[in-house]
Amino acid sequence: MNEIVLEEGVKKLGTRAGVQQIGSQRLKEKLIEKFFLLNGMLAILILGGIFALLFFKAYPAFQELGVIEFFGSPVWNPTSYSKAQYGILSLINSSLMVTLGALLIAIPLGVACAAFLSDIASLKMREILKPAIEILAGIPSVVVGFLGIVLVNPMISRVFGVSHGLTALNGSILLAIMSLPTIISLSEDALRAVPPSYKEASLALGASRWQTLVRVSVPSALSGIIAAIMLGMGRAIGETMTVLMATGNAPALTFNFLEAIQTMTATIAIELGEVPYNTTHYYALFVIGLVLFAMTFVVNLISDLILQKYQEGER
Amino acid sequence: MKKKCAERIGFALLSSAAVLVILFLGIILWDIIGNGLGVISWPFLTQSPREGMTEGGIFPAILGTFLVSLITVVFAVPLGMGAAIYLNEYALAGRMTRLTRLAIRNLSGVPSIVYGLFGVVLFVQMMKFGTSVLSAGLTLALLTLPLTITASEEALKTVPKSYREGALALGATQWYAIRTNVLPYAVPGMLTGVILGLARAAGETAPILFTGAAFFLPHLPKSLFDQFMALPYHLYILATQHHDIAKVRPIAYGTALVLLGLILLLSTSAIYFRYRYRQRMRS
Amino acid sequence: MKRENFIHVLARVSIFLGVLWFSASSLQAADMIQIKGSDSEVNLVQNLAEAFMKKNPGTDIAVTGGGSGTGIAALINRRTDIANSSREMSKEEEEAAKKAGVMPFRIVVATDGISIVVHPGNPVSKLDLEQLRRIFKGDISNWKDVGGPDLKISLYGRQSNSGTFVFFRAFVVKADYSPHMMAMNGNAQIVEGIQRDKAGIGYVAVGYVVSEKGEVKPGVKILRIAKDAQAEAFSPVKMENVMNGKYPISRPLNHYLNGKPSGKLLEFIKFEVSPEGQAIVRKQGFFPVQQQWVDFNKKEGVR
Repeated sequence: MNEIVLEEGVKKLGTRAGVQQIGSQRLKEKLIEKFFLLNGMLAILILGGIFALLFFKAYPAFQELGVIEFFGSPVWNPTSYSKAQYGILSLINSSLMVTLGALLIAIPLGVACAAFLSDIASLKMREILKPAIEILAGIPSVVVGFLGIVLVNPMISRVFGVSHGLTALNGSILLAIMSLPTIISLSEDALRAVPPSYKEASLALGASRWQTLVRVSVPSALSGIIAAIMLGMGRAIGETMTVLMATGNAPALTFNFLEAIQTMTATIAIELGEVPYNTTHYYALFVIGLVLFAMTFVVNLISDLILQKYQEGER
Repeated sequence: MKKKCAERIGFALLSSAAVLVILFLGIILWDIIGNGLGVISWPFLTQSPREGMTEGGIFPAILGTFLVSLITVVFAVPLGMGAAIYLNEYALAGRMTRLTRLAIRNLSGVPSIVYGLFGVVLFVQMMKFGTSVLSAGLTLALLTLPLTITASEEALKTVPKSYREGALALGATQWYAIRTNVLPYAVPGMLTGVILGLARAAGETAPILFTGAAFFLPHLPKSLFDQFMALPYHLYILATQHHDIAKVRPIAYGTALVLLGLILLLSTSAIYFRYRYRQRMRS
Repeated sequence: MKRENFIHVLARVSIFLGVLWFSASSLQAADMIQIKGSDSEVNLVQNLAEAFMKKNPGTDIAVTGGGSGTGIAALINRRTDIANSSREMSKEEEEAAKKAGVMPFRIVVATDGISIVVHPGNPVSKLDLEQLRRIFKGDISNWKDVGGPDLKISLYGRQSNSGTFVFFRAFVVKADYSPHMMAMNGNAQIVEGIQRDKAGIGYVAVGYVVSEKGEVKPGVKILRIAKDAQAEAFSPVKMENVMNGKYPISRPLNHYLNGKPSGKLLEFIKFEVSPEGQAIVRKQGFFPVQQQWVDFNKKEGVR
């Protein structure tokens, strides 16, 4: 069959129609390439689009109320009895609180688990642990939030002797569970990327495996580990359903982990559905969205930069 | 001696970290399966809810999740594949390409509720699709795009360069070479990306909260422009907003188990396909 | 190659099914009544609807919650026939409705005595309105300040789309709620929270915590409320207290429609205020329409 096609092609090449055909084929190629180019640029377009949209929808709120109203006050009360207030400081604080708590749990646990996987685990243990972590990563946030209500809630009130467990601590525990897979797998990658020669040299000098791990592998993989942590942090800041269901949703400014709080993501989730389109309150929610976007963007960017420098350093 | 001792303690700590992580997973699965298994039955999976959601099944939610995930995949997979083809086959190393990859990585970190905000403005309001399967599916497609691009790229990377070079040497155009010598071998690997994308989209709640999901609908969605019920949203309402939370708690557990089971099924089949595909490529 | 063919076939079949489904016309039952809104009323109206549908096969009534504010917004956007609202429409909402060409038409279908619930283990049994106000405002934050144990008060409330939230704030708190008040998703979630919380206090619609026979739901305790520190405290469990106004926190439960109803819609509303409907109201733990509102309904043309 192919020989017939070749013969036809050779015959055509010799004629004007053949030359035109090659020309139109080239045009087709160019078009196809442009098509894929557009497709490739899609990611940039979407990212830019999200930012632009958030900005344009948040702008009317800034115009009407001024930036200080949002960033200068911890009182978020757009449906107030008397005067509507749009201070998002308490919301930012709540988001940062649960994230910090989550990282305090997930960093030691995650890096230790990654070290276990890269340095100690036998093949069999890896075959159990790695799929387990993938499964953990796949559990949807609404299910985790559900367990926050039915499992973690009574547990917190029993262990800490508080009257109820819908608190920042609940959110931190749940978010830690959700960011563990990210931190573990990326940290493990970083640890595995440590050149074996480093480890061999350390062992040859008489250090124990543990000392090698702590004093050679981890510091060498540190940038990768930090990048992993930043990604996990971004995930925690942006999580919605889990904190919506488990942290009590009280918009107060507090630093007490055993109190109810309301994160930025939960605020949007609660109020977007009850707000008429194109009112000040509506635009104010986009201000929160913009701040969220900015925070996760910065965290991801830092993580990227660290990884880039790290990869360049390795060369 | 001290070194040995420190090493033993250190390794014990690491092992306990791993045990703890498995314990977390175990507790989660044990609670959901333990409380949810008793509720699952054929009627539960195939009937509609009755008596104000306190009885009957969750079939409309299962169907709704399936429908919206289908829309997601229909949009996210071709676009993801196209972007991956560009990045891997056409793009020259340079600032634009690096910027694109940066954008992709950043997109995967954008909070799901921000995608929801974007979807409400772009699809529900500006494009006038209203709260519908289409709006929600498109919003989820945006969320899933970074995942499908990455998975497709991975699949393309596993096709050896020689395949392309061979075709080009014989005089084929670039697209022809890609179409006949790269894609057929990469598509099964891209299937992994499809399934993973499905699994991700099926479990998300925040993007569909305001773009089309509803708790109670008297009929199944009749078109792309109808609202729909969905498993994650159903669970959320059963757990927090229902008028008899205690009574429907078992149904909530059943819904959680069905959702979890669906996602696990998809994830494990993706892993299986990836494994089989890699084996095929090796031989 | 085989797998490629399979994928192609699958793709073609899916597209075909999709086009088929997509182009299917959207039919709705001719007599479908859509009711949206108040979480306090959702269960009550669902039961009324079911009884009505039994008597009138062929009529479909769909009742969903979302909060009074959501219901009113749906009415203004013409996405519902009836808006359940446990509060009155605000001036802004009425103006927005008229601007959208919707004429709000109000009917009262039941009476509610908003119940203040605490944990059964809490020794406090009664409060006056001033104490209640200061508790929910955040001025009083420990149970010992009102005769209870030395525990920090956990406040359970609703979100701003809730009619109960708005009503309670306007009539009792008369100020902003404490920022420490937790925003629960519905009456049932408040009840669930209180059942587990020794230091909790919350406000719920009476139908969620009291049965027809006057039995209080297990796991919660309903406080008696007094108008002021000198007055006698009354419980909303007893119907007379609510009907004759002795219980200070009662409110009418409303339907808002677009203009005067007719046809099946009117029949349904007439059923709700009929003796049969009011008996169902009672069965759900709520109270029948008070006399003044019966007269109001009559004036609107619904007896």
